[in-house]
Amino acid sequence: MADNKHEVHGYYTGDIHNQFVEEHYDPKNRSVIWRTFWILLIITLLEVGIAFTGIAQDILIVIFISLTIVKAYFIVAYFMHLKHEAYTLVYSIILPFVLIVYLITLALCEGNYTHLWDHVPFL
Amino acid sequence: MSAEATQTKENSSKSIWGGGRSPYNVSWGKMYMWFFLVSDAFTFSSLLTAYGFMRHRFTEVWPKAQEVFTHFPFVEGHLPLAYVGLMTFILIMSSVTMVLAVDAGHRRNNKAVAVWMFFTIIGGFTFVGSQAWEWYHFIEGTEKGALIMPNGDHYRFSEGVHGAPKDALIAPNHTFVTDAVQIAKIEKEARPVHGANLTENEYGHPLFGDFFFFITGFHGFHVFSGVVINIIIYLNILGGVYTRRGHYEQVEKVGLYWHFVDLVWVFVFTFFYLI
Repeated sequence: MADNKHEVHGYYTGDIHNQFVEEHYDPKNRSVIWRTFWILLIITLLEVGIAFTGIAQDILIVIFISLTIVKAYFIVAYFMHLKHEAYTLVYSIILPFVLIVYLITLALCEGNYTHLWDHVPFL
Repeated sequence: MSAEATQTKENSSKSIWGGGRSPYNVSWGKMYMWFFLVSDAFTFSSLLTAYGFMRHRFTEVWPKAQEVFTHFPFVEGHLPLAYVGLMTFILIMSSVTMVLAVDAGHRRNNKAVAVWMFFTIIGGFTFVGSQAWEWYHFIEGTEKGALIMPNGDHYRFSEGVHGAPKDALIAPNHTFVTDAVQIAKIEKEARPVHGANLTENEYGHPLFGDFFFFITGFHGFHVFSGVVINIIIYLNILGGVYTRRGHYEQVEKVGLYWHFVDLVWVFVFTFFYLI
């Protein structure tokens, strides 16, 4: 069964919604998976290696957070398949995290009043 | 299986928000799993933010992870962060086997799905066991332990610490106390502490132990529950549930959860052990 534009390949979920879900199987998938694995492994080894050099703490933090975000991108995009999902789903998941990063930055910049706790007599 | 489909194949080429189909182009179950993962990620973000906050506040006296986590099972000696690196590799490897299981599901190869899922479970169990081993050694501590002064200052012994002079004490801010008179004074006033618990630990600030237990504990609990769920799905695969159903979407959903667990570990590993 196909409309005259393209062959639709998929399945019905069989649960209470019984939705039709399209499936695109890419035969190159397995090599993409292994390539992603090697990228993740090399970045992890890099991170552990860099941890032992004597670089200043501030630069280290920037390097580690950037490398971790790169690793997160590869895991979410290829292992969790988000790269090939509809852009609506991609945005629904990514945009909250952009906002979370904003919140975290704010919290760390503004939240330096903890020294006031040091002189509280009852804690 | 209900006879009425909520989305027909003919609708799938219409506009995304035109109705009659999922605008996200995924099934309800998969969308639910994604949004659950987003909420769980918020939980871990808040835990890691709290950790970053406290670590930054006490940064002068915070222990260096590469001095604390130096053990490797069955191997004597000082191997900083080696075992944690191996744990990271094991978890990434189990993520790879999981995604290969999903891929085999797309090809409807039930036997391959079972094999890859089995390896994923093994990897998961290995990780949980390794984490338990780390906890054990963290709680046990070293033989000598450390010294805590009445005002809460924390002095460690310099034996086994690279780059430290012999028979010295390490002050809270990581400088060395080599003067014998001072050392004697400290040893007289302080009380010894071994290992770690939620109120104090021999490595440094008490919050270091607290956050270690909470963050790795939360994550380890997620890994454990993931392994249990994987076992259930594995039994389903062996029982042919998905061959009868005609698709392996359940394996995909469980795979999403497993990759999330791996993703969280990537962040925990970076923030707790590296920074």
